[in-house]
Amino acid sequence: MSGPVLAAVLAAVTVLACLAVLAAPSRALPSVAGAGAGVVGAVGVVYGVAAISGGLAPVSVGWLVPLAGLRLAADATSGLFMVVTGAVGVVVGIYTAGYAAHGHMGRTPLSVLPLFLACMLGVPLADSVTTFLFLWELMALSSLLLVLAEARRREVRDAGVWCAAMTHLGFVAVLVGLVVFAAAAGAEGFPELSASAASLSPATRSAVFLLTVAGFGSKAGLVPLHAWLPRAHPEAPGPVSALMSAAMVNLGIYGILRVDVTLLGPGPRWWGLALLAAGAVTAVYGVLQAAVATDLKRLLAYSTSENMGLICVALGTAMLLTASGIPAVAAVAMTAALVHLVGHAAFKSLGFLAAGAVAAATGLRDLDAFGGLAPRMPTTTAAFGIAALGASGLPLGCGFVGEWLLLQSLVHALPAGGTMVALVMPLTVGVVALTTGLGTAAMVKAFGVGFLARPRSAEAERASEVGRAMAVGMGLAALACGVLAVAPAVLAPALSRVLPELPAGAGTPQPRLGALLRLPGVGGSMSPALLALGVAAGVLLAFGATQWRARRRPAPRTAELWACGGGALTARMQYTATSFAEPLQRVFDGVLRPDVELAVTHYSQAPYLVAKVTYRSRLRDTVETSLYTPVIRAVAAAARIARRAHMGSIHAYLAYGAAGLIVALLVAR
Amino acid sequence: MSAAGAAGMVLQVAATAAGAPLVVGGMRQVRARLEGRAGAGWAQPWRDLRKQLGKQRIDPAGTTVVFAAAPFLLAGTSLLIAAIVPAVTTASPLDPVGDLFAVVGLLLVGTVALTLAGIDTGTAFGGMGASREVTIAALVEPTVLVAGFALSVPVHSSNLGEIVAATVGDPGRVASPAAMLAFAALAVVVVAETGRLPVDNPATHLELTMVHEAMILEYTGPRLALIEWAAAVRLTVLLALLANLFVPWGVADAGSGTVGLLVGLLAVAGKVLVFAVVLAGVEVFLAKLRLFRVPELLAGSFLLGLLAVTTSYFLAAPG
Repeated sequence: MSGPVLAAVLAAVTVLACLAVLAAPSRALPSVAGAGAGVVGAVGVVYGVAAISGGLAPVSVGWLVPLAGLRLAADATSGLFMVVTGAVGVVVGIYTAGYAAHGHMGRTPLSVLPLFLACMLGVPLADSVTTFLFLWELMALSSLLLVLAEARRREVRDAGVWCAAMTHLGFVAVLVGLVVFAAAAGAEGFPELSASAASLSPATRSAVFLLTVAGFGSKAGLVPLHAWLPRAHPEAPGPVSALMSAAMVNLGIYGILRVDVTLLGPGPRWWGLALLAAGAVTAVYGVLQAAVATDLKRLLAYSTSENMGLICVALGTAMLLTASGIPAVAAVAMTAALVHLVGHAAFKSLGFLAAGAVAAATGLRDLDAFGGLAPRMPTTTAAFGIAALGASGLPLGCGFVGEWLLLQSLVHALPAGGTMVALVMPLTVGVVALTTGLGTAAMVKAFGVGFLARPRSAEAERASEVGRAMAVGMGLAALACGVLAVAPAVLAPALSRVLPELPAGAGTPQPRLGALLRLPGVGGSMSPALLALGVAAGVLLAFGATQWRARRRPAPRTAELWACGGGALTARMQYTATSFAEPLQRVFDGVLRPDVELAVTHYSQAPYLVAKVTYRSRLRDTVETSLYTPVIRAVAAAARIARRAHMGSIHAYLAYGAAGLIVALLVAR
Repeated sequence: MSAAGAAGMVLQVAATAAGAPLVVGGMRQVRARLEGRAGAGWAQPWRDLRKQLGKQRIDPAGTTVVFAAAPFLLAGTSLLIAAIVPAVTTASPLDPVGDLFAVVGLLLVGTVALTLAGIDTGTAFGGMGASREVTIAALVEPTVLVAGFALSVPVHSSNLGEIVAATVGDPGRVASPAAMLAFAALAVVVVAETGRLPVDNPATHLELTMVHEAMILEYTGPRLALIEWAAAVRLTVLLALLANLFVPWGVADAGSGTVGLLVGLLAVAGKVLVFAVVLAGVEVFLAKLRLFRVPELLAGSFLLGLLAVTTSYFLAAPG
């Protein structure tokens, strides 16, 4: 199919899906909503595959957006992001059919779901500044409506305010950046911008770079612009969190990739370093917060921030290496960014869907109240286990290949980079390694404390497995995780078309993602499939070894647990998520800065004897409290001053109007 | 893939599997003698394993498949690592399959399996051990990767076989400051990863101070045997890796014949023996660190690793 036909089909399916959800009878609502989102996602996958295959003509509809018109074009880079978004959409659609049947999502949010998905599919298609900004804002607004699905709860409304404010501050940054870019270039189409980017003054380019990176970074959750992400993603309903964390944040990366790397780039070396530093700070801060979080969905949201940080590290490395003239390794870094992006979409959508399933079954999100879900919800437990394995970046999980590629590019960047690179690269390796280690700790906590052991609350005790539609949705995502974990070669055809479009990958030999991962200019190799086979063989060998003397063993029996001889254990004696993370919290005390209250009450007669000890520890986002609180306070103070001008007198308002008119006339003259 | 490489791989897996308990037994014996005890003899771990394998398996109430599968996953990853690392030969056919980063990841997979099993028991000790183990594992990670970075920079490869082979060809590299710093950093890592003093006390009987032992308190019989054996394999493999990374001589390569492989086997066995005796001897003079002092030790070794990378760069850079 050609470009215009695909674009028309996507638009038509979206409108039909939204209308169908609005018109569907109540009983059929979940299925219709699920099918609607699923079909939009499927169209997106088809569109994306067509875009990756190439040869789609640009679409231009002059009448649709006032003054500028709608301009769409799809290259392989857009295609890759569309396939990822579409695939997440299909999975989420199937899952929603089951999730909405629990009555967790009303008609309005369900009808916005296809629109949100279509906007996310549209953003990578945009080929002019106006179209891009239009779709970007539409995506932000529809996501806001979805976050507010359960607006009756106070936390949801708070999250909505944060989401709206941060999204729009980011939008303003992107808007100003792109408008400056377009004004300096004298055109607003992406092809024209690309052609004239090199002739802009360095100051303009850098200003555009900083503004757009800040704007896109706020969407991707880069520290310190991440504050909305761990609030909004957890408060949204399960399927929406999955869409936001697995698809929408990717578009922040897409923005950086499209505008800063492709259109503006290749830039000076400090661009790469700046992106790398922002990514590194985000990765460590995000994973640290995830390691100490006790709310399951908040933990996953911080992990999203962490992974976007890693992707930015890879992008920054690619930019730095391109600027330093090591294109072969830059291509490895760029591959790492793209592979990790796809892997993250797979495991994070699965993680949020499983968390949503637990929330639907128990009404809980607090890990300290979880436990014992494995025998009660085996499918969900398995799904979350696969997601957690991917998120911890260990071999056999689907996050490993991306991190391995990133480490390879960092290690092999050293010889030709100069002193700066020699200092930055080992530190970055340390950052990536610390992120992997702490990510593992966070995921062990989420899976172990959350799903294993014994129930810590009555709700967890009563949990039962979710329905078939939700299980199928999670199963599909788990399948994607499995395939990406052992056979990253499935991405090879797409990457071989995407990389030549990017400055980092043009004109160099590309990494070969076959059964054995071989990298150009790098003497390192790894094979995820053979590693998995090797582990399987090792497990079989170990099993064989334990058969020695098996015949003379008595039959196994079940026995009580060791309680130091002190009677039966209760569920209260288990480690909770808070206690599990306590050592890490103490190690990173200086960064996390928990509010600790310790009050010791003594007996009045005997001051050396302690009557009562009260201990309370609360963790808040340090960046948020130390950076945002003063800003919010300043804005509120400014608003109080401005309020004095609004005294309610009509004469004063008329005077303001007249003064405004005079100023406008003076300026316009 | 050469026949010699494949034979060497089989040989090193078999030798590690059979010899690992003896290494642990030998270390205990050295400690016992230095502390003035008679000791149980160097073959005692094998006698223990035989006894455990003949015992009844006891399933703690309320545990899931995670508890049952963890020992096998731990043993499976340990065997795979034994097949990958250049212990007897640098030409293991699995060498290109997993480089240093993959080996570190596999070690972590085994650790994670055991921590999950510890949590799965639902006891306070299981959770406590898991929490401590994961904290240490998370903080070890930067050191080991940065030290690995230092080693792979001069060779332009992170595959262990190539690193060792390159060191054989260029002996001067061992004496470079970068290699020595990396050695110090990796030695701390091996101590932390295998739960030896001063990070963890493998001989402790007090639950409150345990790390590794607290996670496996509920294991009995054949599963316990498997865990003990896998832990010994990990210790042996890491010692062999450390030995061959910095004292590679004697290791067989793709062209070695039977004699070469036997020499490789004897060489690595001798090196592991020396390293194990030294480690056990040093342990006699050490007390276990407080858990919250361990990060300081690991931060120090991370700095050593970082220095190793920067020296390897500045010494390699012309002018």
